[in-house]
Order: sequence, then C-alpha cells, then structure tokens
Amino acid sequence: MLDYAVAESEMAEYWYIRPGYEKAVQKHFENQQEPEVSLESLIREKDFNEAGKGSAEVKNVLKRLGVNPEILRRIAVAAYEAEINVAAHSLGGAMLSHIYPDRIHMIFMDNGPGIADIEQAMMPGFSTADEMVRELGFGAGLGLPNIKKNTDALHIVSESGDSTMLEFLVFFNKNGQ
Amino acid sequence: MKLSDIVKILDAEVLTPEVNLDKEVPCAFASDLISDILMCTKEPTLLLTGLTNQQVIRLADMIDIVGIVFVRGKKPPAEVVEMAKERNLPLICTKNTMYRSSGLLFNAGLRSCRI
Repeated sequence: MLDYAVAESEMAEYWYIRPGYEKAVQKHFENQQEPEVSLESLIREKDFNEAGKGSAEVKNVLKRLGVNPEILRRIAVAAYEAEINVAAHSLGGAMLSHIYPDRIHMIFMDNGPGIADIEQAMMPGFSTADEMVRELGFGAGLGLPNIKKNTDALHIVSESGDSTMLEFLVFFNKNGQ
Repeated sequence: MKLSDIVKILDAEVLTPEVNLDKEVPCAFASDLISDILMCTKEPTLLLTGLTNQQVIRLADMIDIVGIVFVRGKKPPAEVVEMAKERNLPLICTKNTMYRSSGLLFNAGLRSCRI
C-alpha cells in the first residue's frame, strides 16, 4: 500500500493507492490513453450557489453511460467534496474529468494559496474553514478523508503560497480489471 | 412509512405541494454537516437537517435523498424551494427540534440508514 506524504521546503505531495489497484493505476499513468469523453468546468471562489454543478454534470454523464450505481455514488461524493474544497479554500480554479471505458480520472486545479501541511489536512476533523463556510454546513474536516475513502487512487501536489492540484481515479470494475 | 405519514407525525408543513408524498421512505439520517450526510447516505434516505442553503439541494444530485425535513422551524429561501421542485424533491418543514423529530419518527418505526 502506498500512503505517504513527502514534505519538502516548498512543495508537498501526497499519494494514496487502494490496495489491489497498484497495477491498474500504474498502467493509467504510463499509457496516456485518449479519453472517450472530457468535461471541464470552472469553480469560483466562495460561490456556494454554483459549486457542485460540475460534479452533478459528471454524474449525469456517467449515469447515462450505465456506470454501476454504487461506483457512481462514490465518484459523485469524491467529486463534490473536491469541488467544494476548491470553492471553500482557494482563490478559485477548475475541474477536469476524463472518462475512459473502465475508469474516470478527475483533476482539480486551483489558483492558490496552497495547503501548508497535507498530512495534517488528511486527518479527519482537521479544518481551516472560516465561519461563513462552516455556517453552510461545511468545514467538518472530512473533505479529504471522504475523497480518499471513495477513490481508488488519490494524488495531491501543493505548494504553500501557490496552487494545489488534486487528482483521483475511480475504476468501474473491481481491482481496475 | 410514507412521506404523508411523516408530515402528520411531525405536524409539518409541506413546502412543495406539487410533489407527490406517496413515496415510500425506507430510512432516515439527521445532520447539519454536509460531509457527514455524504458519508452516511448509501441508500434512499430521508434527510433531517437545519441547513437551508442551496447546497442541501445539490446534495440530492449526488446521493439518493427521498425528501428533506427542515427542523427547528427553519425555512429555506424561495430559490431553494424552486431548485427542489425542479428535481421533484419533497421539502417538509417542522417546528420540532432535530432530536425530537428523529425520536418521533424512530418511535413510529422509521429506521436509521445503514452507515
């Protein structure tokens, strides 16, 4: 199992791969296959009226493609948490979804200000959310743990004072077969 | 238990009269934290909450929510009710607290959702 955080002076990186999915994840990143469908949407800072729309769109596409409802729920929850994270904690960003016949690869990029300590951010209950975000029902400190729980691979690269990139993979079949 | 039974038990007001209340409700979950709701809802579930912002409706795009009960007399703004109508999602409002509402429904036989 791969589950570690590398903290250097300015850049931090986090990797998680669900046990049993190592080969499938490696194959994904090595092969650079062309996706069947790609979707992109913008995420605006603190825009809690629109946030979640991008994830709903992805879910609807996958539903039409006939993805299993339990897998669909996991993707929707992870995507929504990641989208809310960008809206709640960053200066805004974008989400990109690449859909393949057997998997989805979602990438969330923002314009900063970065995560100071990813390992700390991964701990359930740790949150830097402000009062406004908490009043809306967010900021429980469960966003990143909830993404990890629902995905087969999670990769975060962040620079303190700079941008954050979060990407995850969910396979439609067990062990990515 | 049907949504129409829940309206009676909670002495509640229906905010979406055009939506059918004949739907069967298999179980319920109560929380004011969005991450908790996302984490715990794995089957068709009635949600009891004090949150009244648009994100509560967006949740129903992600997970299987059969209806929402707003507790403590909270009422969502008109645009939130509109969003629910578009999704055919029933909204109910009760003056009871979250604890009392949950207790009343549990005693009437509505089970907790599996987490």
